[in-house]
Amino acid sequence: MYETTYHRPKTLAEAGSLLAKSDEAKLLAGGQTLIPTMKQRLAAPSDVIDLRHIEDLKGITETPSGGVRIGAAVTHAEVASSDIVKRQLPGVATLAGGIGDPHVRHMGTLGGSIANNDPAADYPAALLALGATVVTNKREIAADDFFTALFETALGEDEIVTAVVFPKAEKSAYAKYPNPASRYAMAGVFVAKLGDGSVRVAATGAGQGGVFRIGAMEQALGSNWSADAVAGVKVSDGDLLADIHGSAAYRANLLTVMAKRAVAAAG
Amino acid sequence: MATVTITVNGKKRSAAIEDRTLLVQFLRETAGLTGTHVGCDTSQCGACVVHVDGKAVKSCTMLAAQADGAQVTTIEGLAQDGALHPVQAAFREHHGLQCGFCTPGMIMAAVDMINRYPAGLDEETIRKELDGNICRCTGYHNIVKAIKAASDTMRGMAQAAE
Ligand SMILES: Cc1cc2nc3c(=O)[nH]c(=O)nc-3n(C[C@H](O)[C@H](O)[C@H](O)COP(=O)(O)OP(=O)(O)OC[C@H]3O[C@@H](n4cnc5c(N)ncnc54)[C@H](O)[C@@H]3O)c2cc1C
Ligand code: FES
Ligand code: FES
Repeated sequence: MYETTYHRPKTLAEAGSLLAKSDEAKLLAGGQTLIPTMKQRLAAPSDVIDLRHIEDLKGITETPSGGVRIGAAVTHAEVASSDIVKRQLPGVATLAGGIGDPHVRHMGTLGGSIANNDPAADYPAALLALGATVVTNKREIAADDFFTALFETALGEDEIVTAVVFPKAEKSAYAKYPNPASRYAMAGVFVAKLGDGSVRVAATGAGQGGVFRIGAMEQALGSNWSADAVAGVKVSDGDLLADIHGSAAYRANLLTVMAKRAVAAAG
Repeated sequence: MATVTITVNGKKRSAAIEDRTLLVQFLRETAGLTGTHVGCDTSQCGACVVHVDGKAVKSCTMLAAQADGAQVTTIEGLAQDGALHPVQAAFREHHGLQCGFCTPGMIMAAVDMINRYPAGLDEETIRKELDGNICRCTGYHNIVKAIKAASDTMRGMAQAAE
């Protein structure tokens, strides 16, 4: 690892000004992506700004409209075991409880996961399927506009994710086929029926451009919410990832299987 | 360089270290506690698992500076007054190790797992909870057996104490 300088701000404003001061500074949340990257010398931030001691980034609360607000520095383990999340958004609790392993879940955070936008990460599927809103220290960004490309987001240079607000959902569920070695998604499908009755389906792990919605499945589930309704929907393998772990056709098949499992789990 | 103070196994340790120092380096090189191992450079093997403020984490994936002010427990901190911790005793009894390289991380992960499942553990849950710990030798069977036995013993102890 190259040399770096560690900072521990207590407030969001302090973190923001530290970040703005240097071109080469990076935010450090759970470190479960950033530290391995620094150890491999693929990242060499001059400064790392620890977000784990900022109160404003913590906490899980129910919104007045029945949605859930989760602070950016909330860990995967905290989300998985939250009574509010389990009751309101069971799919998000399952998703968080299936990220990596227990040790990764004790450190890794929601904010770090979405800012990184790994094409095989789990959270992007939940945000996109639920039509969540990403709140930053500068503005609010709809999930539809947030995930722009592989490892790319709409975040500006000095922008910090502070929370994610999920709307009320009648049903939500997530099913993933983890890569047996890394635990990241080979294919993961999040299905949601929102408070207004609309249906949204998002897929991760499989798209060449990262997370994406599956319109044909949304239509099928809109008129018939059942595992059978998605069983016949095939995702075209033209835009899917192909690598040593699996071909595009294999991932296309996994998407249908994961969608069936997710709908069955949602009930 | 900054001075970092970490309470390791109940004893405060302060040292001036480079900010890039990993917690595992602090434990092994500064505190001289070499029971915590490094088995990979990809944050996947779990040989380095310790408890930070009561939670199992990979000490190779955390800066020592992030743990400044925290309480850390390593494998050296488990045995009390010369008596093995129930999880250590169960690993010995059930032959849960061969070369022993993964064992400190396995045991720290097991203690954390048992803490999180006070109602007890079944084999399927134990295997799932071991996702972050890799063993090259044992085939896991005896590790799983040892954790199950330790979980049962510790539940019995907790009930007896009530
Ligand atoms: C062994 C292993 C297995 C894993 N398996 C999975 C898996 O199955 N599924 C999965 O989804 N992920 C997996 N991960 C990744 C894990 O979920 C990470 O925790 C997550 O991707 C990054 O979150 P973090 O809090 O650790 O962020 P960090 O590593 O601290 O930061 C990641 C990036 O986000 C930026 N950042 C962090 N917080 C903010 C913020 N609030 N605002 C703006 N930018 C921010 C940082 O500057 C950095 O560029 C795995 C990781 C490991 C080591
Ligand atoms: S040394 Fe392998 S996970 Fe830490
Ligand atoms: S006992 Fe040898 S690696 Fe596990």
